[in-house]
Amino acid sequence: MSERQQILYLWLSEGALDTPVVGWAFHDGAAGFGPALPDEEPPYGTGVAALQDGWMLLQSPALQPLAGDAAHRPGYLASEFVFERRIAVDD
Amino acid sequence: MPASDHRLTTPEMAEFVATGILRFDAIIPADINERVVAELESLFRAKIAPMLGQPEPPLPFERPESLTPLSECYASESVLGEYLRLPQVQGIIRSLVGSAPIYDHDFVHHLPAGSTYEQHLHVDAVVDSEDPTFDIQLFYFPNEVKPGEGGTRYVPGSHLRRVRAEGVSRYQHLVGEAQYAGPAGTLMVFHHGVWHAGQRNPGPDRWMHKIRLNPTTSQVRQWNLDDFDEHHNDARDHVFAKTQPGSVAERLRVMLPWQRGHEERYEQMERARLWRYLSGDPTFDVDYYFTRLEGRAKLVAGAEG
Repeated sequence: MSERQQILYLWLSEGALDTPVVGWAFHDGAAGFGPALPDEEPPYGTGVAALQDGWMLLQSPALQPLAGDAAHRPGYLASEFVFERRIAVDD
Repeated sequence: MPASDHRLTTPEMAEFVATGILRFDAIIPADINERVVAELESLFRAKIAPMLGQPEPPLPFERPESLTPLSECYASESVLGEYLRLPQVQGIIRSLVGSAPIYDHDFVHHLPAGSTYEQHLHVDAVVDSEDPTFDIQLFYFPNEVKPGEGGTRYVPGSHLRRVRAEGVSRYQHLVGEAQYAGPAGTLMVFHHGVWHAGQRNPGPDRWMHKIRLNPTTSQVRQWNLDDFDEHHNDARDHVFAKTQPGSVAERLRVMLPWQRGHEERYEQMERARLWRYLSGDPTFDVDYYFTRLEGRAKLVAGAEG
């Protein structure tokens, strides 16, 4: 037996884990041997809901110092949280 | 619907500023839709031949080069030219990119029935400026695309974000994104910054023509201004003080589902910045964000002067 990762990106509306999900992406290193995402869209209402379903938080966004006018200009989605699930698979 | 002279109305322009997208269902007549597909097939072969190192098959019209005035693109023998010269299409183009746009490039998108080719989300503006000027891209769908048949995926409201094309590929799903479906002859008009992606095609053979146009003359107040004074607001239109029903600010406050949270204030400022440019009113504002900062800047300038 060995382990494979499932990775879930959640973009939340703000920097707190209990704010609403506004975007998501799923990558399945276990090639379908692990559980799928819930059918709902988005699959979880908040980041906390993902934790409650067994996802482990890998990374949360660092808060950046504000720099001039650029601080008020939107770009990439700021609140990107990355989760993993480890799935046991047969070698 | 556009105004009687085929130019856009002020609310339509505000919609474009807010979402980066205008949609006109079945605006191209059936006769053109039926004839254009054969021309798209020929143009597709002519465009890809040089990429494949093959001789370019002849066309009954000259393929345009970049920098060509739109008015000189696709001569009268071309069905694409017929579509681009329709008064209702000319009115839309004039309203957004002024009186003398030039051809940037175009491409024929052909998705054979059952195609599994799928793009990541991307933005065509790979190299872009910070100023509010913009190009438009016309997406012309001559065939009906039914829901579930894999029409172009796009993200309304994404056009004013400062991002790189490859950076947004990680967003597999955004709440409130859309996938095109609509009747034959539908025209989608995109600000050049809208995030979008071609999708696999579980439906029948599909053709789409996309053309990018650059403005060369003013984009300021090029639409039908009959209703301008009714909707254009001044800097006092402030949701935490007093608002004007039906104003441009009222439309620019409405966010897309993926823009929820405090970030929506920054999005709102970007929209206000674009409306300042299009309206030629440097004092325009939505909810006082610019006006407050500009008032303070005057204080600093006075103290330093």
